[in-house]
Amino acid sequence: MPETFDLDMPWQLAAQVQVRPERFGALLYHFGTRQLSFLKSPALHAVVTSLAAQPTARAACAAAGVPPQDLPGYARALGTLAASQMICRREGA
Amino acid sequence: MSTGTMTAGTMTTATMTTGTLPLVEQFAAGLQAPICLTWELTYACNLSCVHCLSSSGRRDPRELSTAECQAVIDELQRMQVFYVNIGGGEPTVRPDFWNLLDYATGHDVGVKFSTNGVKITPEIARRLAGHDYVDVQISLDGATAEVNDAVRGRGSYDTALRAMASLAGAGFAGFKISVVMTRQNVGQLDAFKAIADRFGAQLRITRLRPSGRGADVWDQLHPTAGQQRELYDWLVAHGQDVLTGDSFFHLSGYGSALPGLNLCGAGRVVCLIDPVGDVYACPFAIHPSFLAGNVRGPGGFGAVWQQSELFADLRRPQSGGACTSCSAYDACRGGCMAAKFFTGLPLDGPDPECVKGYGEQALAAAVAAPSPRPSPDHSHRTGPRVPGPPGSGTQPAAGRGPVPLTLSSRPPAPAGPPVTACNPDPLAGFLPPGR
Repeated sequence: MPETFDLDMPWQLAAQVQVRPERFGALLYHFGTRQLSFLKSPALHAVVTSLAAQPTARAACAAAGVPPQDLPGYARALGTLAASQMICRREGA
Repeated sequence: MSTGTMTAGTMTTATMTTGTLPLVEQFAAGLQAPICLTWELTYACNLSCVHCLSSSGRRDPRELSTAECQAVIDELQRMQVFYVNIGGGEPTVRPDFWNLLDYATGHDVGVKFSTNGVKITPEIARRLAGHDYVDVQISLDGATAEVNDAVRGRGSYDTALRAMASLAGAGFAGFKISVVMTRQNVGQLDAFKAIADRFGAQLRITRLRPSGRGADVWDQLHPTAGQQRELYDWLVAHGQDVLTGDSFFHLSGYGSALPGLNLCGAGRVVCLIDPVGDVYACPFAIHPSFLAGNVRGPGGFGAVWQQSELFADLRRPQSGGACTSCSAYDACRGGCMAAKFFTGLPLDGPDPECVKGYGEQALAAAVAAPSPRPSPDHSHRTGPRVPGPPGSGTQPAAGRGPVPLTLSSRPPAPAGPPVTACNPDPLAGFLPPGR
């Protein structure tokens, strides 16, 4: 992980990313980098797709019912997605 | 011909869960839509490669029309199949190819297409370089004309190199050079890499399968056991820079698993749509045994992917059969289904190129029974003569021989052809009694 993921910033899916729901969670595809990424749980899928509607990533996790003790794991997963440009910081929010 | 690459780039997994099935198990149970879809747009090809896994050559008159292809693309967009690997035949010989390319990328379906380069002029290369969602893969099976043309036909090396120069000249960075590994070219791996570096391209190497016309030449062309080891070691050393379409997972039995999905994805994450709309479990399995349905059927491609009995079977837990007790089974998972099928081996036994040597033993024991013949065959019936493997002289293109014809009377005309006022036929509109 290049740097720690900041749960208290506003985030969103990158513009060129599409999300396909799957039984195990979801499949993400970035049309620009041509990368695939797999979200290995429906809860993480819910967090990722609600990022843009929530003030912070922490709020998106809370809205998806993520218990506080699981937050470090979600921060790591979101950090992976940020490092591969699947999600990005929301400017001007 | 393209093969089923798992990814258009690299693959990452965002996971924070514990206790869930590994991703590979999730894939084995099937997905809502394929990740890796190969679509062969035509069986027509200007070449007659001796190992063509779709036995291409002649156009099939039942080929999907432009409108039918567009309907498939619409459906892929709905199913969120984010990109397709387009091949053939030689897809660029379809007159509507460039339009279909634009149609797909305009509908959120990225395209990587495989070509021998015959239509990649400098002008076309400039057009392709301007496309964000198009990737090009030039097929080359020898780092020298001698080795390449023995398999792909005279002049094909020059055609491929000319296409590469056009792409590089147009600023198309990172196009792919796709090589099928054979006994004749394993020793050229470094030379292939040098060609890719020279053009700013990325090298992609895939496994030779005994599919299509490949069944006829597999014995002569497939790498020896020693070469397989050489190939594995080369991949371990260069794996980061080289794409493989995950096609060498049967070599993982040598030691550490190779990067990528070490699993046969047939019918689970991978499938093939052929030029007439038939859907097969994988690009290497064009045979009635692996035919799941047709996109022209009710429900289209989606119904085939989600409801075909064949695919449901493939998604059930598979038995490793005789391989289960082998120490390498977790790494190689029994190898390639198509390679086993077309060499006459049971699907729950070892791969014919099993690194432990069990495949060779099984092949020796199976010689009595004839292997299944790949079908259908669209080979040129009077193809250009192609040089054989080095030292063997020239041999006719595969697919020659007696041409079976069925003679029949002309089918009756439709019952009610339109009769226009300007039809000069004195019998226009007249139907003889008794019809």
